[in-house]
Amino acid sequence: MSDTDLPDDDGAEALETLILPLDAWHRARGGRMVEFAGYWMPVQYEGILAEHLWTRQHAGLFDVSHMGQLLLSGEGLDAAVEAVLPIDLSTLKLGHQRYSLLLDEQGGVLDDLMVSRWPNDLYLVVNGATKWDDIAHLREHLPDEITLNHLEERALLALQGPEAFAALDRHVTGDYPLSSLTFMRFGHFELCGVPAAISRSGYTGEDGFEISIPAEHAAHVAALLCGEPEVKPIGLGARDSLRLEAGLPLYGHDLSPETSPIEAGLVFGINKRRRSEGGFPGAERICREIAEGTPRKWIGLALDGRQAAREGAPVFAENKQVGVVTSGGFSPSLERPIAAAYVTGEHTALEIDVRGKRLPARVVPMPFVPHRYHR
Amino acid sequence: MTRYFTEDHEWIDVDGDTGTVGITDYAQGQLGDITYVDLPAAGTAVKKGDAPCVVDSVKAASDVYAPVSGTVSEANAALEGEPELVNTQPETGGWLFRVTLSDAEELGGLMDKAAYDAFVAGL
Repeated sequence: MSDTDLPDDDGAEALETLILPLDAWHRARGGRMVEFAGYWMPVQYEGILAEHLWTRQHAGLFDVSHMGQLLLSGEGLDAAVEAVLPIDLSTLKLGHQRYSLLLDEQGGVLDDLMVSRWPNDLYLVVNGATKWDDIAHLREHLPDEITLNHLEERALLALQGPEAFAALDRHVTGDYPLSSLTFMRFGHFELCGVPAAISRSGYTGEDGFEISIPAEHAAHVAALLCGEPEVKPIGLGARDSLRLEAGLPLYGHDLSPETSPIEAGLVFGINKRRRSEGGFPGAERICREIAEGTPRKWIGLALDGRQAAREGAPVFAENKQVGVVTSGGFSPSLERPIAAAYVTGEHTALEIDVRGKRLPARVVPMPFVPHRYHR
Repeated sequence: MTRYFTEDHEWIDVDGDTGTVGITDYAQGQLGDITYVDLPAAGTAVKKGDAPCVVDSVKAASDVYAPVSGTVSEANAALEGEPELVNTQPETGGWLFRVTLSDAEELGGLMDKAAYDAFVAGL
């Protein structure tokens, strides 16, 4: 027996595996630790299926402290950042968060990220496996007046699920209530007595929150939240199956410098004013693709039976290969395999080659499981 | 009946020239929730080290290697409806397939339970 596609390290180099603030806490809770993005992280506690379904029904606590938290500040900040990201910062108000993309000069995706406006700064959350490259890219492309502060002393937790609000609200105080946050809004609060920047967002398709706190308080906060009856700790395995059901792309798998955001269906990440004005990396290609469309698109596929198609599986229309699966697995909520693939041309029915066997797959809209954001 | 183990975490119970193959409790624990088992058809000829069977978990697909050479005589039909038997009864009701051995001498290269337990303890 051999594992052929366990979670990989997203291309991180074989340096010494790093320890996150909650490492001992995960181990004490029975988390099975694997290397991911250069860190030891819990892939599961009691099991991916149970953790996945618990998050959809109640609330799950995810440690995402491997992600990069960056603060940008300085004279001319908005103009400088708009030269690097296809974001319209004139419409990003204090307390608002927005999805954006780090693009190369050809419009390929270097990373996807969240940007929020703090009182004096822009706060960015970038992927763990890409954060060092992102920081180098930003330092190179932002003018000297802009200060980039990597908040390495902060942990990041995500509390996700329909009962996340009820559990979190018991521990939050502040100048305004937690209920004042709707999807993609953030605020500064006290959480279990700890200063916390909390946004109403996440990577599961559920209502939920992402919580930035000083690393030294992470174990205290995690223990208090997991003491709530609605909350269990959830590992990376369920994080991946939840985000796939929600149709959310994963950098390094569904997004890369070889894919454009328009192919990936992320046109909303190119803000309206920027589509007409351009002036961001890759603008020529991106604007052309918005106007003309792309021959290749990232699409959802539903398989019959129970055998899953995994990343790398070729996709066929009759005898012609038209694409490749970038994410695939068993959907615990739908109790059937689902996959996402880059496919050229318009199709309704395709076949996926899984270990030499052709499995029929229907083209279905994403998300596979409806989003339940609190708007 | 004698049970042997491989370093790839298969077990095989040998009774005469028939071997029953499964994956160990350690293996199912590593794989996590099993969602599907791709079983070999009866009559499939296998060589020691071939991968006639695939176990799908939520996170990965894993090959199951034939511990010995021979011909598949039967697959565990119960797994078609209940693949989770591989999790709940990995070394009994969650067996995968039976094989008619063509070369019993191959068993000499496998581990007994004590040796396998020591192997796993060292992982």
